[in-house]
Order: sequence, then structure tokens, then C-alpha cells
Amino acid sequence: MIDSFYLATRYLLFHRVRSLTVVACLVLVAALPIGLDRILEESEQQLMARADTTPLLLGSKGSSLDLVMSAVYFGGQHPDPISLAEIERIEETDLAYAIPIQMGFFARGAPIVGTTIDYFDFRALSVAEGRSFAILGESVLGASAARRLELGPGDSLTSSPESFFDLAGAYPLKTKVVGVLAPSGTPDDLAVFVDLKTAWVMQGIGHGHQDLSRVQDPTLVIERDAKRVVGSAKVVEYQEITESNRDSFHFHGEPSSYPVSAAVIVPQDDRAGTLLLGRFVDGSLGGQLIRPRAIVGELMTTIFRIKEVLDLAVAIVGTAAVLALVLVFSLSFRLREQELQTNFEIGASRGTTARLLAAEFLLLGGASAACVALVLFVLDRFNSAIVRGLFVT
Amino acid sequence: MNRRIQKTPLQLQRRHPCLFSVLALVGTALASTLSGAEMVVYTVNYPLAYFAERIGGDSVRVHFPAPSSVDPAFWKPDPEIIAAYQSADLILLNGAGFAGWVGQASLPRRKLVDTSRSFRDAYLPGEETPVHQHGPAGEHAHGRIAFTTWLDPEQAIIQARAIETAFVKLRPDDELVFAQRADALIADLEQLDRDLATAFAAIAGEPLLASHRVYSYLARHYGLDLRSHTWEPDVDPGEADWQALDASLAERPARWMLWEAEPLEAIRRKLEARGVTVLVFAVASNRPARGDFLSAMRANIETLDRAQ
Repeated sequence: MIDSFYLATRYLLFHRVRSLTVVACLVLVAALPIGLDRILEESEQQLMARADTTPLLLGSKGSSLDLVMSAVYFGGQHPDPISLAEIERIEETDLAYAIPIQMGFFARGAPIVGTTIDYFDFRALSVAEGRSFAILGESVLGASAARRLELGPGDSLTSSPESFFDLAGAYPLKTKVVGVLAPSGTPDDLAVFVDLKTAWVMQGIGHGHQDLSRVQDPTLVIERDAKRVVGSAKVVEYQEITESNRDSFHFHGEPSSYPVSAAVIVPQDDRAGTLLLGRFVDGSLGGQLIRPRAIVGELMTTIFRIKEVLDLAVAIVGTAAVLALVLVFSLSFRLREQELQTNFEIGASRGTTARLLAAEFLLLGGASAACVALVLFVLDRFNSAIVRGLFVT
Repeated sequence: MNRRIQKTPLQLQRRHPCLFSVLALVGTALASTLSGAEMVVYTVNYPLAYFAERIGGDSVRVHFPAPSSVDPAFWKPDPEIIAAYQSADLILLNGAGFAGWVGQASLPRRKLVDTSRSFRDAYLPGEETPVHQHGPAGEHAHGRIAFTTWLDPEQAIIQARAIETAFVKLRPDDELVFAQRADALIADLEQLDRDLATAFAAIAGEPLLASHRVYSYLARHYGLDLRSHTWEPDVDPGEADWQALDASLAERPARWMLWEAEPLEAIRRKLEARGVTVLVFAVASNRPARGDFLSAMRANIETLDRAQ
């Protein structure tokens, strides 16, 4: 038998291109569906882990998937805003606390997330470099965002609206980077975090300008009396919040009317969460309150339905590949008819020839199995990072 | 079965109220010690710090980091101090726009307790600022609300109760001890209210002046006829303001002017020349050099008593 394996090995090495092609075909047929399955499983796990750690999400009525994708994964379409008053109504129930999230602005491609400092505690995010934001106009970068933008504490970063066609009056705001978060392997790594109030300044709800009651330049003031000053269009709003102009920044209107894209709602316990959901069902509270886990679960069900179709396609292609291999082998036997006849004529029995061919099959199969095992081992080792690279960061 | 063992805490409380209170206090103190570190509380002014210290006792570590030389309403903490606020278990806000820095700082929303929120509809206007207009935003003013809410003892009691509620929410096991301490504080505030009412009774109805609009709640609560100026104790107000004062005195002759701090001797003499006596009524927004909130308020009462 050892002789047969020796001869089979020499034969396969002599025809190495053909042997490698056969092994590659077998590896692809076996590793593709298994690898795809594992990647999908890991994707599901990572998406669900993020959704699982977000107990409830408050947003405007509309697409709940858009709401989850925007507020939990910082992607997709941003839903219509709700008012801060709707968050306050939840807080007043004493059943939960809320973490507002304001989206809609970017900084060199990275989404800007306006939130409160509670968000870092809630997501267990730690600051690796510098410190967390403390005052208006400061920003903290996710690990990947900092790496990609090549920024760190002390640098500055300017916001831009989501769309160039947003002419509603949102000026770019230069923020001071004060910290970089430790990598978390979540969408937080990609984002730029600012305080909710800084996000409102980006949106034009808050602004800073010269004190019109004290300016001396007559071209800045159209009309002035003891109780009223009308500024001209020449009054420039500050586009950077600095130590010297921070005090001039102020907000207009009733704070409870300020917009918020969504809010993570953290109930005291399961019962409090259920009670809150009930209040949205009976309409006593506005907007929509959803469990992200349920929405992502539905999304994954849809993805797995698509995967079933994909599996079928892979199975068909795999079967075709195996049939093609069978054809290749049978044609190969026909091509090798002369060689097998020579073997017989120099004294090799039919059994010896059969063992020789079986050894070739076993060696090809063994090599393919080893390669599949290696591919899956590498995939398992880096699956988490691959999925994060593909879908998260 | 042993009937003595079957006694419930409620029965024990009914039969031996004093013993029950002592046992409960010892028990909650012990539970508080065993349950871990003391609660860290940051406040934005001294009255809240005083209330928190009285209600929290040993189980609460109260921080009010504003330097004693500044007015905490206009103080601006640096990022390191804001970071200390961020790390607190609770941040007690006065509300009514007190401590403008809060509106520009990143503080954890879930730890914030606005102690005057429940009476926000009763806020009074503060110093006037001109209305201005620029760009498409329309007319607006950066006007303030009167923020010395604690000068009305009834409001101070509401703020103290808000602190107690916040403490209980964080440490439900200590509910009884917090309630007892809050009751003791509120009894003191009620007594203060009665004493202030007596002190103001003699001058109620007479026109009064104030150097700043910081006594609005005091005036409303005790029915004072108060007109406020915007004068600083260490700066002569200038000729225009003296003329405005003269015009005001001609219209409503006032005999007293309330000041947050002792004004310059020159100001005092000019006021006395106009028949106006300076009454220093401390608002105690910052920690007094000696004594505490109640002793500062009692000193105010003595000032009022001496004036009559």
C-alpha cells in the first residue's frame, strides 16, 4: 500500500497543475458554503450583540429599521427628529432614563453623534487618549475614526451637513478634539462624538456672535434703543467655539422643543420596559418605542431567507463542480488507458492498479480536506475582525 | 410558636416608636456602611450643598468646588472640575438658570437633579437684557431668570425635598434616615420662614431698594415693595445711576436698600445722605466664611431687626 501511495504521490506531483486545480475545486466547493455560513453567523452575533445592549429605542413614527440603523449602527437613513419634550416625558415616568442621540452631521466622512456623556457609561466606552468632552465645542473620536482621520487630542475637526443641498443655515463648526476612545469593535469606533448641545450648535439652534449691545461698528447695527438692538447681515456667527467666545454661545427657543434623532431608553427593569412599551401602544406617549433586538431579529430572518436561496445556489454550483470533477477523472482515465495497460503488461495486477488510483483519490481528498480545515481555522481566528471590517468598522 | 418572634416591624414601631427609630437609624447606617462607598454629590451652589449635607449626613460626600471668592452663579469651572462633576453619583442643580456654565458643560443627564423644576412655572424674571435681532432667527433676548430661589423658604423646602427624593432613589435602603434628616432640615427652614416673616413684618408695605435683582423671590414671599437696581458693592454706580436713584426716591421714598455684600464706604455715605440705610442681606449662594446657611440667614434677620 505504501508503494501505491509513493507512486500516486509521484504521479500527482508530476501533474502538479492538474492536481492543484482539482484540490482548489474541492476546497472551494467545501469551504465556500461553510465559510459563508460562519461569516453570516458572526455577523448575526455582532449585530445582535449591539441590538441586545440597546434595550429600547425612542424615535419618530416611521421606519423602525431606519431608526435602529441610524441610532444604533450610525448608518442608513436618519429618521425624522422627535423633540426633547418626548424624551422628558419618558424620564418623568421614573421608569427609565434616556440617552439622546442626534445624527445628521459628518466630519470628513465620519458620522457625528451628538449625545450626552451618559452614552459612554452606557456602552462601557473608555477614553484611551486625552479626556471625554467637557464643554461646548469639544469632540471625542472613535478609535477607527481617529486612525483614519489621523487626529488626536489637540487637533481640530470641522463638521459638515449630511447633504450639500442643506442650505437651511447650518454653518460648519470647528470642534476641538479632546480625546480618543479605546477600540470597542462596534460602530462607536467609526464615529465622532460631541455633546448634544454642540450638535445643536452645528444645526444652528445655538450660536455665538458679537454682543450687539456693545459693538461699536455702526455697520453691524441697523437699529438700537435701550431695549432693542437689530443687527445687520454683517453680524458674523462664530464657526469655532473658543475660550474667548464660548460665553457668547446661546440657544433660542424652549429647550424642550429642540430636535433629537432618537434616544436610547434604559428601563429600570424588564417590568418598567414593558410598562413603557404599553404606554406607546395605548398612545399616551408620542413617537415610537421599539426593542432593537426585535427589529434586528426580523432583519436577520430576512437575511437568512436570502441565505437559504444562496445556499441552494451554492449547492447547485457545488454539485455541478463535483460532476465536472467526475467528468475530469473519467476523461483522465480514458487518457491514461495506455498507461494503465502498460502497468498491467509489466506485471501489475488489476488490484494494484485499483489501489494506485484509490491512493491518488485519497491523497487529493486528504489534501483538499487539510486545505479546507486550514481555511476554516484561519476564518475562525479572524472571523470577528473580518466581520467588523466588512460591516462594522 | 414563639409569639415574640412573630412581631412585625410595624407592630414594633407602634409599641416602641423611640426604640424603633433608634434601631432603624442604626440599622440603616450599618446597611449604608456595609453596602459600600458613600454617595458622591456635587452641587452648583452652597444652599444645595448645605441641604445635601444635612439630608445625606455621613452617607453622602458633598462637593461644592466653587472658590469662596467667586459668585457661583457666574463661576466657570475648568474641564478638570467638570470631569469631577461628571464622575459624581448625583449633580444637584438649582435650576432657574443658576450657574450658566451648566448650559455649556457636558454633564451626565441621568445624574442631574434640577431641584427647582417642580416650581419652574413660578420663576421670576431676573436682570433685563436688551432684545436683539440678527439673521433669520428673529428677535430674542439672552435674559435671565431670577435664580436665588432658596431665599423663599417655601421654595427652599421644595428643593430640599427634591434632594431627599434623589437620594432615596439612589439609596432606597437609607430612605428612613434620609427622611428623618430632611424633616429636621425642613423644620429649621420653617422656623427660618417664621422668623423672616416676623422681621419683614415691620417694614412690609414700605418701599425698599435692592442693589441687584436677587431678592425677587424673597420680595414675593414676604410681600415686599422692592425695586431693584444693578449696582455692585465695590464699584461706584456713576452719576447717571445716582440720578436714576434720586428720581426713584422722589417717586417712592425708600428708607432701606438691600445689598448682597457690604458696599464701598463712599456708596454707603451717599446713600445715607439720601436717607437710605444699607442693609446687608446675604443670599449665601457661596459658602460663608463662618457658620452655615442657617446662621447666615439668622444674621440677615438680626440685620433686619437692627434696622427697625
